[in-house]
Amino acid sequence: MLTIKLAMRNILGAGLKTWLNVAVLSIAFVTIIYTQGIYLGMNEQASTALVKVYYGGGQYWQKDYDPYDSFSLEESHAPLTPELETFVQQDQATPILCALATAFQGSRIIPVQLKGIPPDQKILDLPTAALNDETEMIPALIGTRMAKSAQLNVGDLLTIRWRDVHGVYDAADVKIVHIMRTTVSTIDASVLWLPLQQMQKMYDLQDEATLAVLTQTVQPVAVTADWRFVPPEELLADIKEMVQQKTIAASIMYVLLLFLGLIAVFDTQVLAVFRRRREIGTLIALGMTRARVIKIFTLEGILNGLLALLVGALWGAPLIWMFARSGMAMPDFVDNMGIAIGERIYPVYGAGLILGTSILVMISVAIVSFMPTRSISHLSPTDALKGKHR
Amino acid sequence: MENQHFVKVRNVTKQYSMAEGQTLVALDDVNLTIARGEFAGVVGPSGSGKTTLLNLIGSLDQPSTGSIKVMGQHLESLNAKASAEFRNKHVGFIFQTYNLLTIYSVFENVELPLLLLGYSAAQRREAVMEALEWVGLADRAKSKPGQLSGGQNQRVAIARAIIKKPQLVLADEPTANLDTKNSNHILDIMAKINRELGVTFLFSTHDDKVISYLRRKITLHDGRVTTDEVIDAHH
Ligand SMILES: Nc1ncnc2c1ncn2[C@@H]1O[C@H](COP(=O)(O)OP(=O)(O)O)[C@@H](O)[C@H]1O
Ligand SMILES: [Mg+2]
Repeated sequence: MLTIKLAMRNILGAGLKTWLNVAVLSIAFVTIIYTQGIYLGMNEQASTALVKVYYGGGQYWQKDYDPYDSFSLEESHAPLTPELETFVQQDQATPILCALATAFQGSRIIPVQLKGIPPDQKILDLPTAALNDETEMIPALIGTRMAKSAQLNVGDLLTIRWRDVHGVYDAADVKIVHIMRTTVSTIDASVLWLPLQQMQKMYDLQDEATLAVLTQTVQPVAVTADWRFVPPEELLADIKEMVQQKTIAASIMYVLLLFLGLIAVFDTQVLAVFRRRREIGTLIALGMTRARVIKIFTLEGILNGLLALLVGALWGAPLIWMFARSGMAMPDFVDNMGIAIGERIYPVYGAGLILGTSILVMISVAIVSFMPTRSISHLSPTDALKGKHR
Repeated sequence: MENQHFVKVRNVTKQYSMAEGQTLVALDDVNLTIARGEFAGVVGPSGSGKTTLLNLIGSLDQPSTGSIKVMGQHLESLNAKASAEFRNKHVGFIFQTYNLLTIYSVFENVELPLLLLGYSAAQRREAVMEALEWVGLADRAKSKPGQLSGGQNQRVAIARAIIKKPQLVLADEPTANLDTKNSNHILDIMAKINRELGVTFLFSTHDDKVISYLRRKITLHDGRVTTDEVIDAHH
């Protein structure tokens, strides 16, 4: 108690120096929470969106399917297993057939991916019902990115050419029946959604699919080796990693800030032990042990950190609360990063983040506070009183 | 008996090892007893070992050989904690350079030893004001050391040394930085504290003003006690 009292008295007595340390540390503290919250929000928003429109409660993949290798699409199709068929019957899964094709738009040739899906599916939050509208021509559903890049409007016709399972080329016009807004580029950029049955006919792949999306409420079951269940966590691993990489890039800034604050505290401590050695000698003469002096000096450093948390909370909390509530507009370039985020991103500032950051700041401050004071333990009080330091 | 051997220094030697394996003998076989209530001084030129001797008696340092007993306690047997407690309870230090904590007020400086002793706030306030009365600075309790003169600073240091009513005050060249008027002022104060409170004073000095107040003069030369005389002067 006395140690705290004296340490507090000392750092408040030090005035400007203390407040400079506190200012830098509190800026680092708030910046860490602020930025981390943005990325946590990004991750959460992107994951939620992906789960809603594409990943569901996980996907069964035909064993050859590899989303990063579009040529795998030629091989990766198979009839659904009886178990998967049951899921589909019970509205607990929806099959999707993926294949490559070429679209001709005026004089442009656009490679596209076709995704066949039952128009009546209830699993994914996609306006696939629009694919029921057309009877004469193959209806196609696209997203705004695709519409923009291929300059397509509702009602437009688009010629596509594809190669069926036997290697025979064929071509047809599809009619754009609906353009959906989505934040998820995976289901939008260069993608045409078609009714599953029509697509199966085009490729002569009766009853076959590339993947099956499960609803979120159902437990996956074991199926034949032809299919593999990919849980949502695995599907989301990519986005998580991408966000993490961006977090690391952003963290360089605040790690630098924190470093600056720590250097300031360290410097104060080193100087204190050096400049205040006569005071140290005096305190020992007045009846303190060296251990107690070390405690006081270390605590002075640590109190810098505590004050920084306090001051940071004072000016940072309203700011962060405001951001979390009203979100922040995302610049266009974020879309190019391939992360599915809305136009506004709502940072997530959880107790874990705030507590974790506080602990990080406090532990690092404690370390740089303590290290320089260790030399007090072999400082002779008589030398200290003379202002000497050996 | 206990009063006669209030401080007992037996065959004390203090050596410092220097560069190239040489040793410097700061104290050389010193023997000394000081009785309770004395107003004594260790006198000698600079470098004769005065500060070293006072620091040993104050348990701030350990002798190389020999033993020191203060108030019945063998100082060499005290561990770090016990010697800190010994200083805290029984010894007041006064330094040539005052050694006040500059960011503390006069009140806070004087209060510090009592904080360590765990006195209550009310007890501390009363004792601080009483000690400041003794040195004539009760009206400067809120000042910072930087706002006071050297003489006033040394008076604050005296108040800090006597606040816990120690049995022994060790004053290392307390007047070295003061002019005659201030020197006499603080010496008057210390003589009065010695007379009225019975506190034992041991000075280190080569200042004639201090020497003129001493009732016993122990002369050190190159770490050896050369003379030890009782002075009967009454001024
Ligand atoms: N820590 C130390 N290391 C080496 N020599 C020292 C140390 N402290 C004192 N001395 C030496 O011991 C001798 C006595 O010093 P000191 O007791 O300070 O003398 P005084 O107080 O009489 O001036 C001096 O020669 C001084 O240089
Ligand atoms: Mg000296």
